[in-house]
Amino acid sequence: MNFLSIFVLIPLLMLFGLWVARNLNQVRGVMVAGSTALLALAVYLTYIFIADRQTCDDPMLYTASFDWFPALNIKYSVGVDGISVAMLLLSAIIVFTGTFASWQLKPLTKEYFLWFTLLSMGVFGFFISVDMFAMFMFYEIALIPMYLLIGVWGSGKKEYSAMKLTLMLMGGSAFLMCGIFGIYYGTGAATMNIIDIANHTGGAHAFESGSLQNLWFVFTFAGFGVLGAMFPFHTWSPDGHASAPTAVSMLHAGVLMKLGGYGCFRIAMYLMPEAANELGWIFLILTGISVVYGAFSACVQTDLKYINAYSSVSHCGLVLFAILMMNQVACTGAILQMLSHGLMTALFFALIGMIYGRTHTRDVRELAGLMRIMPFLAVCYVIAGLANLGLPGLSGFVAEMTIFVGSFSNEGAFYTTLTIIACTSIVITAVYILRLVGKILYGVCTNEHHLALTDATWDERFSVVCLILSVAGLGLAPWWVSDMIGTGVSPIITVIDSAKEFLYVPF
Amino acid sequence: MDYSQFLNMQAELSLLAVIVILFVADLFMCPDGKNGKGVYNTCLPVVLLTVHTLLNLCPLCHEAGEAFGGMYQHTPMMSIVKSILSIGTVITFLMAHKWLSREENLVKQGEFYLITLFTLLGMYFMISSGHFLMFFIGLETASIPMAATVAFDKNRYESAEASAKFILLALFSAALLLFGISLIYGVTGTLYFDGIGQAVSNCEGFNPVMLLGMLLFITGMGFKISLVPFHLWTADTYQGAPTVVTGYLSVISKGSAAFVLFTVLIKAFGAEGLVQAWDQAFLWIIIASITIANLFAIRQNNLKRFMAFSAISQAGYLVLGLMDGTAQGMTSLVFYLLVYMVANLGAFAVITVVEENTGGITIDSYNGLYKSNPKLSFLMTLCLFSLAGIPPFAGFFSKFFIFMAAFNAGWHWLVLIALINTVISLYYYLLIVKAMYIIPNDNPLPGFKVDCYSRTALFLCVAGVVFLGICGIAYNFIDGFAYGLDNVAKCCMDAVDCCCSQSCH
Repeated sequence: MNFLSIFVLIPLLMLFGLWVARNLNQVRGVMVAGSTALLALAVYLTYIFIADRQTCDDPMLYTASFDWFPALNIKYSVGVDGISVAMLLLSAIIVFTGTFASWQLKPLTKEYFLWFTLLSMGVFGFFISVDMFAMFMFYEIALIPMYLLIGVWGSGKKEYSAMKLTLMLMGGSAFLMCGIFGIYYGTGAATMNIIDIANHTGGAHAFESGSLQNLWFVFTFAGFGVLGAMFPFHTWSPDGHASAPTAVSMLHAGVLMKLGGYGCFRIAMYLMPEAANELGWIFLILTGISVVYGAFSACVQTDLKYINAYSSVSHCGLVLFAILMMNQVACTGAILQMLSHGLMTALFFALIGMIYGRTHTRDVRELAGLMRIMPFLAVCYVIAGLANLGLPGLSGFVAEMTIFVGSFSNEGAFYTTLTIIACTSIVITAVYILRLVGKILYGVCTNEHHLALTDATWDERFSVVCLILSVAGLGLAPWWVSDMIGTGVSPIITVIDSAKEFLYVPF
Repeated sequence: MDYSQFLNMQAELSLLAVIVILFVADLFMCPDGKNGKGVYNTCLPVVLLTVHTLLNLCPLCHEAGEAFGGMYQHTPMMSIVKSILSIGTVITFLMAHKWLSREENLVKQGEFYLITLFTLLGMYFMISSGHFLMFFIGLETASIPMAATVAFDKNRYESAEASAKFILLALFSAALLLFGISLIYGVTGTLYFDGIGQAVSNCEGFNPVMLLGMLLFITGMGFKISLVPFHLWTADTYQGAPTVVTGYLSVISKGSAAFVLFTVLIKAFGAEGLVQAWDQAFLWIIIASITIANLFAIRQNNLKRFMAFSAISQAGYLVLGLMDGTAQGMTSLVFYLLVYMVANLGAFAVITVVEENTGGITIDSYNGLYKSNPKLSFLMTLCLFSLAGIPPFAGFFSKFFIFMAAFNAGWHWLVLIALINTVISLYYYLLIVKAMYIIPNDNPLPGFKVDCYSRTALFLCVAGVVFLGICGIAYNFIDGFAYGLDNVAKCCMDAVDCCCSQSCH
């Protein structure tokens, strides 16, 4: 048994523990124990991974493989590289803080945590897998609990949002499944293992001729792109986030949307480099639209969660945008952006949830002067906002800087123009964040009911402080993460570069 | 005469023994319902059938064989399918206990077991047939008693109506089937599947009469599997039949017919040209079945009608395994059948206990069920997720494999259409989940305690739903015995042609 599998084993044990738990305290106990263990494991993994990376040149470390369905060459294979270690760490932090953010959730606490844990199992399983089948399975495991989590515990027009989200994401995964079949049968490598497929016939030209690589690329990229909130498939995201309960929004924006970007990079681009070079420009335009359009949409929203959801569309669009730039710096920036966006959006959603839990409104027009009423939450909100608009010293700056430097270094007017257009999103972000902060935190509070509200409780403070520390840690000392991510990105970039002869640039 | 050939018929003979024992036992059971007759009467058939199933599974590794000069043929794969069907029947019997303990059903409890087992016996013969006559006898043995079970609630108008629809359409389809068989006989001069296969491959060129015969055969089987456009009886019959019988009808009867369709097609119609013809036919049948049934299912409110349309679309997925008649397709088809069986019977078990205890049968009546019956709602959710193909439940694996088989056979667009349809099907399965968990309802169906037989049935189904996929054992086991047009030698198709394995290796 490989120790990476413990990432899946712990949620399984948690599920069992929750199943037998008799009262609220036991449920909380199981959740805290489990999520702490996951966090500890993720930190330990990061630590030994950085040490082992120095000595070992394999693309994946700690690999293990077990026969599952030998007739179809399906194996349960695990392994991690720099990218997945970063993602695992992110997921562990979000699950840990999400547990505390839903400390006071009622009713049906036990059932809530059951689905929550199932979701996190899917997420962890996805990031440790290197077998396409296992990856796809965990991907879908992570999607379906969302329906019940939003439908039962959500707010607003939750039934509509839950159904829309589930169907759109499942529609994406229908194309994805087709893409996976296409890759499996197209390469003729007789394996589902991503690394083996990439190494089959020496990297770039893995596909046999006439195997419709371009079609499968579009299917796979769009399939993952739906979860990555790529324009025009992003419409589930604002509704879903707005209706979801706090911790679910955190987990969804923080981790689940990263599955999309990770999958695009790891499966679509890595395994189909020729098609990526040939068709990348289409998706580059689409993601460019996401970036700018998301930011503009956020400006006109009045619901706090909608603002943040559109801001997520913009930032996640930036992830896919940077991946499609297909160079080392931009792609490292993309992974950093996943990490940074995951942390700060989780922080944002946690704070919005806490504010909403007190004021019972998320309408910007009804909120004002919160700085006096709940100073702790308000200060944290400002920090989250600053991270979001990319203030140096916080994580957003590092990521966006790397992305834009990387993107701009690509030759050609096409890339330069797109980079400049995408850069405008920074300004727009500043507009809506600063306006928002000014309006709800510093205005004069006229609502009698709001004046009597209290500040954060201990569990909320704990969850928020953990997230702020992570955001600041990433912002102040990014080199250890970016070095680690760089080692994971470079083999993929090498493969993509080797197919550069197919590169197509519209102008 | 060599009596050892009877050993090949072990499954049928032991099932016959079970039927005889039950028949005799029924005579001695006291007709009075008060003193524990019900308990004894459910235990006996369940235990006997379980023993039969285990016996059936044990000598699986035995070689293929035949009896009566090739009229009856046997391969290990057939044993597997028979075992799957008999496990399904055991679950159906367990589910039936509560329904059979009703006042008006008490006197005819024994009959239900006997009639059901006769249909099972018919399916066994149909599966193992090597000759169209044997096949037809099996088919009729399976379908005529089935009409009796559909009409089991004979005092209920709907039940009788359902039975009339079923028997009329079954006869109609049988007539088409017979016409097809007679055309095939006219062309080839034989009714042995192998003989037909040889005659077809020997004759030069394209024979339209042969093609017509094959299409009529497919039509006849299409009625049994309830594929669009031969599905019109399904919804009414499923709705009118007693719920337990509906469960049996939607899984066992359908599954056996799909498997037989596969084996007969590759044995008798495996020639170049004909394969392309039935691929084309199935291409449109599958697209129509999946899409139309999905669209109809969305509008249903009666759960049994709903499950009928769900069953039609599932049949469409099942038949995906037939494309090109590959060994991979056979494995996926049988595995799909197994997984579909546990998930569907699980859903029906929940529907049955809810109906027997509270009378609720519409989706609306399930509103807020989670409040009063959390465990049942949870089990129903698992089964529905499995039907929709959500991991980690078995349905995901079976769907993945059957799509993979069809994709491997080159039907990319068909797979894509089927995949898009899984999203539609997810929508309507989620409607029930939504009713149970999300829609607020102050007066949900009252809570109740589930009897131990239904409990066992539910346990078996849910265990299957959870473990069949994750543990690859079932699939890998089935795969070891699969054969198809591309891989005849994987496990000799029949004893006569066993030498082919040497030439193929």
